[in-house]
Amino acid sequence: MMELSDLVKLANNEWDDLLNGDDPVLLVGNATCGRSAGSGIVFRTLKNRINESGIKCKLHEVGCIGMCYLEPIVAVYTPGNPLLFFSGVHEKEAAELFESYVIKKEKAQGKVIGFLGEGDSDGHKHLGDITVMRPQERLVLNNCGLIDPTSLNHYIANKGYSGLNKSLGLEPQQVIDNIKASGLRGRGGAGFPTWRKWQFARDKDSDIKYLVCNADEGDPGAFMNRSLIEGDPHSLIEGMIIAAYAIGASTGYIYCRAEYPLALERLRLAIKQAEEEGLLGKNILESGFDFRLKVKEGAGAFVCGEETALIASIEGDRGMPRPRPPFPAVAGLWGKPTIINNVETLASVSRIFQNSPEWFSRFGTEKSKGTKTFALVGKVKNSGLIEVPLGTSMREIIFDIGGGVENDKQFKAVQTGGPSGGCLPAELIDLPVDYESLADAGTIMGSGGLVVMDENTCMVDVARYFLDFAHKESCGECAPCRLGTKQMLDILTDITEGRGSMEDLKLLEDLGKGIMKGSLCGLGQTAPNPVLTTLRYFRDEYIEHIRDKKCRAKVCKELIYYDIIAEKCTGCHLCFKVCPVSAISGDPKEIHVIDQELCIKCGMCLEKCPDKFNAIEVYAGSKNHG
Amino acid sequence: MIEAKEIDFSLYERNPGELIPLLQLVQRESGFLSDESMKRIARFTGVPLSKVYGVATFYSQFRFKPKGEKHIMMCRGTACHVKGAPRIQQEIENHLGIKEGETSDDMKFSLENVACIGACSLAPVVMVNEDVEAKLSPERIKKLFGKSEKKK
Repeated sequence: MMELSDLVKLANNEWDDLLNGDDPVLLVGNATCGRSAGSGIVFRTLKNRINESGIKCKLHEVGCIGMCYLEPIVAVYTPGNPLLFFSGVHEKEAAELFESYVIKKEKAQGKVIGFLGEGDSDGHKHLGDITVMRPQERLVLNNCGLIDPTSLNHYIANKGYSGLNKSLGLEPQQVIDNIKASGLRGRGGAGFPTWRKWQFARDKDSDIKYLVCNADEGDPGAFMNRSLIEGDPHSLIEGMIIAAYAIGASTGYIYCRAEYPLALERLRLAIKQAEEEGLLGKNILESGFDFRLKVKEGAGAFVCGEETALIASIEGDRGMPRPRPPFPAVAGLWGKPTIINNVETLASVSRIFQNSPEWFSRFGTEKSKGTKTFALVGKVKNSGLIEVPLGTSMREIIFDIGGGVENDKQFKAVQTGGPSGGCLPAELIDLPVDYESLADAGTIMGSGGLVVMDENTCMVDVARYFLDFAHKESCGECAPCRLGTKQMLDILTDITEGRGSMEDLKLLEDLGKGIMKGSLCGLGQTAPNPVLTTLRYFRDEYIEHIRDKKCRAKVCKELIYYDIIAEKCTGCHLCFKVCPVSAISGDPKEIHVIDQELCIKCGMCLEKCPDKFNAIEVYAGSKNHG
Repeated sequence: MIEAKEIDFSLYERNPGELIPLLQLVQRESGFLSDESMKRIARFTGVPLSKVYGVATFYSQFRFKPKGEKHIMMCRGTACHVKGAPRIQQEIENHLGIKEGETSDDMKFSLENVACIGACSLAPVVMVNEDVEAKLSPERIKKLFGKSEKKK
């Protein structure tokens, strides 16, 4: 077995040769998001072109660098030049890029995002200086999009497993003390101090202890964990080994969603690589410490993000929570002390030991240390995966990094924390994003989904959407959650369909508070949050739905109508043909009319009406009542 | 796809903790969980058949009917929702003549709603078998699934 220092030597040579060597290097962003944008075919195209040309050239898949809106992204290194990142590299562009930039060594053409490394930058910006990247601090995501996630050497050459090596030289208690000094709090949602959780398990005397990584990223609108695992799986594994050493666990599980096939593949490969090099298994790095790691596939139940439900699921049962205490740290998996940590928490642990607790705690605020990854999505221009110091304002995140709202529409709200969180209004745009500020505003940090909403998003519909989700995902064990979410959903459906009454608003609030107090687990205790926050910040919209029967965002079908603008209609007859219920009348070349009684508001006519006429319009309210 | 009864269980140790991995194995290999395969899993693990059903029906991943040649997973995550997933779903349902959870009579298409695929920055998305189709519009649905098989 090799010592870590030998592994490092080998890895460093390989890495230096890659980015300072004599051969060109092509890195294709090939995580799930890249593949959805077509990077798979780009990778194959480049592979074929390299083979045909006979040029010695290195081609690697890398993870997601976070700028999903620019996918497919390819980075190219040629000797003497820095590593240049190109955006929008589809099949055709990939072939051209290879031809002109790599073979003919012409000036870089196409859309250059920025560069990294040494050499003639040719007027391009450093990747760290472009507007999307400047406010970011990538502590956890630093390898994503730069290293080949299937290469253990790439990870090791970038400080990988040096954190493990360092911690194995410490006493387990010192490892916990270091995490305490770093100020790291759980990145899965509630922000419980990581060291304290570990201390509970460490202090509990038991023959067997377990460590579980919760990678069952269930929040709709979130993909931070998926990207991290796909782009840098070893950072999670290293963090798990350190955590296991600190609490004295001999077996670990990664509970990962079955909907993430690529992440599962990368994890299994990374575990195998780590085992082969003596970084996992018996007598890790000659320290005498043993740790086995297994992957468990989740089966699609949101409630399994809850610790006790997750444990039931690993045991082979229905994923239903049980009352706490006893907490899993005392009696968890098969009755043994069990620590459950989030993916990002564990990856942060690796970075803390690769660097230092002080380094980590320099970022963030007094109570919220370090950085947080977010999936910035919805109606935002630059959607993708970002990482910022805790305490960064929503304004910086949405407008500086995110580039503002898509199509320059009016910013209305941002949703944080998924179905357990809430919607923050435009007035709170300067709110610093840290655990306490978000809690004061009625929402939670959650695992990191940030969904931006604009004037065309109906807040009542959004609240209904989340309640529908919570109701479907409720495991059915306790009555407040099972029946309460159903009641709230029915009331919200009534409001969005024009049958609401003003008393419903008070009823929603009372029910919501009751469900929060009476539910057994976190799912029920937080399920009313999206409703309560929208009632708090967007009450006007609820009132409009109820009293004026209007949906100003033009989303709720029963509260809008379609109409043909007589002056613009040329009688092209296209809408007549497409209407599935024959609600449109009019002969060709005559002005057409929609029968409001028959119209099912499917929107087909609006889509069909040619842009040059633009004769169909959607209005809030109903035609007869204004 | 292979017959459920021919799937190799020999790597498993017959303990109840293997119930979910076995259900996943059978579904992966044979496409769905038939009554016969459920009985076989119950006998193999020693878990009562009622509990095998109890566990399998709890998780949304498990399916008790075969899926179509093209299995469409409609993402109903938040980002997709605010970017028009309900409209896309309506279009798919209209176009193929099947509803969520159904398989078309000719076994060509099946449609299922899933919580979140995690491709939020490309919303709205569907997964067709293993491929993610990104940034969908109602217009693109017809191109994606070809001519409607629906009988008027």
